[in-house]
Amino acid sequence: MNSARTSTLDIRTPEGIVFSLPLAGPTVRFLAFVIDLSTVMVVTQFVASMALLVVTVSPDLARALRILLPFVVQVGYGIGCEWFWRGQTVGKWILRLRVMDAQGLRLQPSQVVIRNLLRPVDQLPLLGLVGAVAMFLNRHNQRLGDLAANTVVVRMPRLREPDLEQMFAGKYNSMREHPHLGARLRQRVTPAEAAVALQALLRRDELDPAARVELFGAIAAQFRELVEFPPDVVEGITDEQWVRNVVDVVFRARPGESPAPGAGGEVGELAQPLAGQR
Amino acid sequence: MIIDLEKFVSAERPHWDELERLLNRLENEPDFVPDLAGLRRLHYLYERASSDLARIATFSAEPEVRRYLENLVARAYGEIHETRKKAHRLRPLEWLLVTFPRTFRRRARAFWLATSLMLAGTVVGAAALLFEPDAKAMLMPRMFANHLGDPAKRVAEEEKGGRSDQLSGRKTTFSAQLMRNNIQVSINALALGLTCGVGTIIVLFYNGIILGLVGADYVQAGFGRFLAAWLLPHGSIEIPAILIASQAGLVLAAALIGRGSRESLRERLRAAAPDLATLIGGVAVMLVWAGFIEAFLSQYHEPVLPYEVKIAFGLVELGALVAFLSRAGLKPTKEERAQLGTFPTADAAASPTLSRARS
Repeated sequence: MNSARTSTLDIRTPEGIVFSLPLAGPTVRFLAFVIDLSTVMVVTQFVASMALLVVTVSPDLARALRILLPFVVQVGYGIGCEWFWRGQTVGKWILRLRVMDAQGLRLQPSQVVIRNLLRPVDQLPLLGLVGAVAMFLNRHNQRLGDLAANTVVVRMPRLREPDLEQMFAGKYNSMREHPHLGARLRQRVTPAEAAVALQALLRRDELDPAARVELFGAIAAQFRELVEFPPDVVEGITDEQWVRNVVDVVFRARPGESPAPGAGGEVGELAQPLAGQR
Repeated sequence: MIIDLEKFVSAERPHWDELERLLNRLENEPDFVPDLAGLRRLHYLYERASSDLARIATFSAEPEVRRYLENLVARAYGEIHETRKKAHRLRPLEWLLVTFPRTFRRRARAFWLATSLMLAGTVVGAAALLFEPDAKAMLMPRMFANHLGDPAKRVAEEEKGGRSDQLSGRKTTFSAQLMRNNIQVSINALALGLTCGVGTIIVLFYNGIILGLVGADYVQAGFGRFLAAWLLPHGSIEIPAILIASQAGLVLAAALIGRGSRESLRERLRAAAPDLATLIGGVAVMLVWAGFIEAFLSQYHEPVLPYEVKIAFGLVELGALVAFLSRAGLKPTKEERAQLGTFPTADAAASPTLSRARS
């Protein structure tokens, strides 16, 4: 396996901005291929039976259409879908994948044609073995057709916001009694620290008990150094409660408080353009 | 650093929305070309969104906003930094009559290499038959088993109307079978270019051997006229089509190998991809024509159809094909003439399409 294999395609623009596109792995691409294969079989059967409609006009023409139309579907399905559907087929649409130019530029029709026409070589000798080997050896999970057409297949994951309301429902947070300390906490907690604390809380039930105590102890110790709360506020609360209170203060703004970096309300406001985008 | 994220997002959102609308229009309307002010605005919005992305990247609690901006910047980047010609609405006639012959001429060296390889195979096939009569049985694939017998018997059978009788009432079906098989062979010849050309060369050479075996067999038996009348009507298009498909395979192989080129593999493949798609598309059109001719004309022999007529028809087709591939698309198209008028000096000379059109 190539040591430089990555799960994202990082593109640096001349303006110095880097954006990352998550790459689709061999497994999910194989599943998309199986869905597409099934779709092609269904469509092939359909057009072949449609060809029978002309049998009364000319049996010879009907037989010719039963030969040609399935062939056109088999060759043209991937090309047509990806050309007119901006890099997606039925399988890719269901699994939220998309074909893209490997340099982030506009996908050209010729790229779509080439990556689909070269599929026979990728499918050699059986079930796409050559293509699978090429994907494992390539750092951007490209099969041979992708290499020749200079394309990649990226994932378009549906992002879900963590359900903070449910996580904190009915929980009393003594830190809320000291809004000035809460403001200082929001100022001093870095985005990386906030993200670690949030992820730890979201995945707390997946951890072993000992690892859970150790992890929250380490995170709480980090936060304790940032802001010193009065002893009556923090007395008797566990490390995990401490971390939960900090996450509550950082991520969830109360009415009248200044919003924290990345408060959930902002995401809600952006729901409309995001929905339009996808 | 962003002090107040809410204020930042609400201030920037109108710009993101404007950029998104502009990108939607550029992506959905192939003929839409913004004027200079529109282009400047697009560039400004792109730079602004890029700057916003850089600033918001520090807020790890904002994955949705960051992902949205990444997507927006990625789309704008694709539009702004793309230097290849924008894919216009489908113009099949212009593609077939202008783009295809121009591409063929631009990649003519690969075509002549393909032709030489097939000719070499033909010579080897003919020589093998002359020196070793059993070579036909050894080298001929099963699908050509009907050529294993005595040519005299085959000619007598054909002239009695055997084959055309067999195809009575199923010529369209036969034509469809030929089209499908030949197009599949052509796609394989292109795809085998991925083996650095080895697969394409083998396909070419082996097809040449078969052609040499069959040709030498009929000529040696004194049926050269029958063979020419049988092969020329469809072969004058079908064989060049297979050669052009192999030409595409060799172009792909040359891009992969990159001998004598300073460009990277990615750049070479990027340059070759449109030509490969054009060549194989043209081949498909040629093979549809050849399929019709083989089913509806080639199977008729004397006395139904004089051999001279069939040979003349094949030669006319071949001449027309040579003229088409060598002459079509030499003049600039209406669009190119308009561009020449707009950019009469250095810009026109710099445009690869226009400079090709001039040549």
